[in-house]
Amino acid sequence: MIVRKEHKVLVQGITGKQGTFWTKAMQDYGTSVVAGVNPRKAGTEHLEVPVYACAVDAARDTPIDVSVMFIPPMAAKAAAIDACEAGVKMLVCLTEHIPAHDVMEMHAAAAANAVRIVGPNTAGVVTPGECFVGIMPAFNANVFRPGEIGVISRSGSLGTLVSLNLTQSGFGQSAFYGVGGDPMIGTTSRDALEILDADARTKAVVLCGEIGGSAEESAAEYAAEMSKPVVAFIAGRASPPGKKMGHAGAIVSGSSGAYGAKRAALEAVGVSVADVPSQIPVLLKEGLDRKAA
Amino acid sequence: MNFEEYRAKPLLETCGVAVPASELVWDADAAEVAAARIGKCVVKAQVPTGKRGKAGGIKLAATSEEAKAHAQAILGMEIDGHRVEKLLIEAQVPIAQELYVAVLNDVASKNPLILFSMMGGMDVEEVAETDPEAMRKIPVDITKGFDLSSAQRALEGCGLGEMQAAVADVLVKLYRAYRDRDAELLEINPLVLTDNGQVVALDCKLTIDDSAAPRQAELVEQAAPELMTALELKAHEAGLKYIALGGSVGVLANGAGLTMTSMDAITHYGGEPANFLEIGGEAYTKSKIALSILLENTDIRSLLVNFCGAFARTDVMTEGLVAAWKDLAPDIPIFFTIHGTGEDEAVKIVREELGLEPFDLMDDAVKAAVAAAAEAA
Repeated sequence: MIVRKEHKVLVQGITGKQGTFWTKAMQDYGTSVVAGVNPRKAGTEHLEVPVYACAVDAARDTPIDVSVMFIPPMAAKAAAIDACEAGVKMLVCLTEHIPAHDVMEMHAAAAANAVRIVGPNTAGVVTPGECFVGIMPAFNANVFRPGEIGVISRSGSLGTLVSLNLTQSGFGQSAFYGVGGDPMIGTTSRDALEILDADARTKAVVLCGEIGGSAEESAAEYAAEMSKPVVAFIAGRASPPGKKMGHAGAIVSGSSGAYGAKRAALEAVGVSVADVPSQIPVLLKEGLDRKAA
Repeated sequence: MNFEEYRAKPLLETCGVAVPASELVWDADAAEVAAARIGKCVVKAQVPTGKRGKAGGIKLAATSEEAKAHAQAILGMEIDGHRVEKLLIEAQVPIAQELYVAVLNDVASKNPLILFSMMGGMDVEEVAETDPEAMRKIPVDITKGFDLSSAQRALEGCGLGEMQAAVADVLVKLYRAYRDRDAELLEINPLVLTDNGQVVALDCKLTIDDSAAPRQAELVEQAAPELMTALELKAHEAGLKYIALGGSVGVLANGAGLTMTSMDAITHYGGEPANFLEIGGEAYTKSKIALSILLENTDIRSLLVNFCGAFARTDVMTEGLVAAWKDLAPDIPIFFTIHGTGEDEAVKIVREELGLEPFDLMDDAVKAAVAAAAEAA
């Protein structure tokens, strides 16, 4: 799903410093935040929305479509399972460094309750001009503006740069999907590609990948079937193998996760791959022109 | 976190998996004494890498004199970058059959996966590639766990005969250890069946999830120190990730993806990145310590600062960095490109405090940093 301004959003960890800062930013931008969670402040109000002890309690009082977690790593599993049991459709998990065994349990709970998890370790999702959920600078008009390009990124900072490059070149974004820098994520680049392919407002897609794992190879399989142009950039060409490059998911081990294989898989199905992000708008124009011709 | 064999094996013992008798020694004389006590033994280098056997770091000894000679040869060896400083002197066991077992996090299924093969020993990676049938994959549902009857079913038809129940029991215990200890990988190669009907773990490779460190405190103390340069260690202690890369253009960016992209762009425009160093996420207030670490690398000829703020506020990062820059007054040029959260304030700080104009396009900042580094070389 793509978040819209009609979607009702719950903020888990709403009263903390970051929860407060970003909830306010989301509200100011147009996101419909309807409730928050903090077990110690249940029954109070924060940023003009009611605070509940848990997501399940909040869902009893008010319909919730999306939950976003400002929750530290060791408490993330319990909060995620709570959100899944509350029946949200989408759970945006920003937390980095959640123990992998907990992440597996979170994904199991999501599968059992038909919840789409975005992340962990995502910067969130943005629908420019409507709303955003997470920690992206949606409100910065130099970076995001409404348009027709869907953007998928494993990294929040790279996704910001690429969105900026698009805006600087006269494009805008239909939706930004931060899929997350962790190895075990709920919504993969391939899943996001499928979502944007089905979105009527999206005319072309930019895929920002990274070394490590096989998300880009898997996305390439789907891109092969798409009629919308897809342009990719893969970070980490200059990174040495065998080192975790900041993200737990960004590591080349043996032949797996290497830059060359990802680029080859994408190019083999007709995806243009940029050497630097500033080439992306140029390749997009070419792709859209080819399609129009 | 990785663990040397002598640290990992007691964990197996506590969960009921048999291991041979052994003693840890630090010099050849002690190896001889230990071998005299133990009898026929194996002299094993204790380094956290899987390449010990092939590198000559594991030798059989029939006598204590032989053990001493092997110890003298192995101590001081370098295996996969690790210097051998200690040895495990371990009793030999009468091997009837070598098996392979591993329990690991499977990214594809987002669940645990158990690997089992009747062909244990040194070349198990090759077995997996050349004869995939010989490696049995046993998926586990993390919410259901792995009990004895699941283990029995999984081993059906392997040809273990009357040993199947005993091996199934060990599999269950290994899965339990993997779960209790937040392992990413628990690998036993080989797990052996002995002539007298026992199942014994002859080796143990253990990797614990770094993210689980807060709830595995006792293991953290036992982890093998990571191979790091002095600067990498200094950054690590400050909660930052620094990787030395050997070039002359320093990189300071927020977020892993943007930092890798900055390195890629430097390479694309003909330069060589000096480092990976990111101050994104929770580390965005650490630009001062980050800068001081960068500047300790004497090969740096210019510095690229690439901030694209989402969660990380560029004004906070820039304020800290600019203060540190004035404080340390380094003799190299610095090039900024700043966008995203806090951008206006950050750009103002750079203009007012340093009299510099940040580049609007990352490419222009990269080109300038690469040109300056080339000029200084």
